[in-house]
Amino acid sequence: MDLTPTPSQTVGPYLHLGLTDTQSISCVAGDGVKGERIRLTFRVLDGEGVPVPDAMIELWQADSDGNYIEQDRGEKGAAFCGFGRLPTAEDGSCTFETIMPGCVPGPGEALQAPHINVSILGRGILKRLSTRVYFAGVASNPADPVLVLVPENRRATLLAQPDTARSGSWIFEVRLRGEGETVFFDV
Amino acid sequence: MSSSLIAAKDKHPRGSVVGFRRHEPGTQPDSLFPAYLSTRLRTPSHPLILLPHTLSEVTGPVFGDSEIRPSDQDLTVQHAGEPLGERIIVRGRVVDGDGHAVPNSLIEIWQANAAGRYAHAKDNHPAPLDPNFTGTGRTLTDKDGFYSFVTIKPGAYPWRNHDNAWRPAHIHFSLFGPAFVTRLITQMYFQGDPLFAYDPILQSIPDEKARQRLVSKFDLETTKPEWALGYRFDIVLRGRESTPFER
Repeated sequence: MDLTPTPSQTVGPYLHLGLTDTQSISCVAGDGVKGERIRLTFRVLDGEGVPVPDAMIELWQADSDGNYIEQDRGEKGAAFCGFGRLPTAEDGSCTFETIMPGCVPGPGEALQAPHINVSILGRGILKRLSTRVYFAGVASNPADPVLVLVPENRRATLLAQPDTARSGSWIFEVRLRGEGETVFFDV
Repeated sequence: MSSSLIAAKDKHPRGSVVGFRRHEPGTQPDSLFPAYLSTRLRTPSHPLILLPHTLSEVTGPVFGDSEIRPSDQDLTVQHAGEPLGERIIVRGRVVDGDGHAVPNSLIEIWQANAAGRYAHAKDNHPAPLDPNFTGTGRTLTDKDGFYSFVTIKPGAYPWRNHDNAWRPAHIHFSLFGPAFVTRLITQMYFQGDPLFAYDPILQSIPDEKARQRLVSKFDLETTKPEWALGYRFDIVLRGRESTPFER
């Protein structure tokens, strides 16, 4: 058997049928999970700045101690699953309920700044796009071993900004292409 | 070293992780494939930044405790009556790049009905919906990485990408594997479909051998006498580097 990995294909415009109509997860961390509660809103825009109404966002994050859940999602209905998945609405947005992740060990002896791993899928996206959400103003951002790999003038695209109108709410804009294009990673 | 760093290292003895191997050139689709029009405004113009694998990349959600009902794996028994069309069995094995089974791992599928219509509000192809077919399934691989679904062979359908554009019949597949970086969303096609050459989504994969890996093969062993044809579709997820990536 040929062991070259199977190629990716677009999730297509009808992803909802298989992935989000009954299997979306907007609550990454339930009430009572230790940590600072946050709401994280994504807004996905295409190369002309037009909202993308048929994308899907998936999240993968550590708990507030910086640990990833590596076992089955714990006891049934465990309050913290670390994973989220939502389709974007007509305005290109979707909102997750979660907690601020802790610091995860990075390469060597470095600690990574709090971040959430993100996949973006959609019609016209032949290969999943991967990025990371960091949080503006966090003291450990400047030393983060991944952020330092990003050209300085593009780092801000990876920073969620606090929503000044709502305490505890953060906004992360994903610009797929063009001006202000979000940094995407080859993972 | 500060005390907080020591504490973190004690908690995670794997400051160095075993990463996953990168793809060979040509074996995955080009991101920007202008013949597939929707890629033009949805593909980054900057090159991707190579991300060394950390715990964030080598861990991932596990769904091994997901409850799978029999009707999740048999898309022909989800409604009061049987759906119209050609009943088929799709069976295969999920392995990693070293040929090791990927056990107990979630697979989700969705597809059009036999007439080429999705049970989706935004699909307005003038072909009939089937009240007995939703076209959604999910299952877990077994301990040896095998999975199977019973479903209906999906029909081809038109789309507006170019003049007289038709998608070859396909089933969408979503897999997680063991890590954030093993996530795979793909499409399974059927051997001998005359639409392959005209389909920019399949043709976005440069390497012909790689394209063939998305084509399921008729399989007499999977075929059940007097009941349904069988198709075999094996899936390979990325394998691990042989040595710790870091340090």
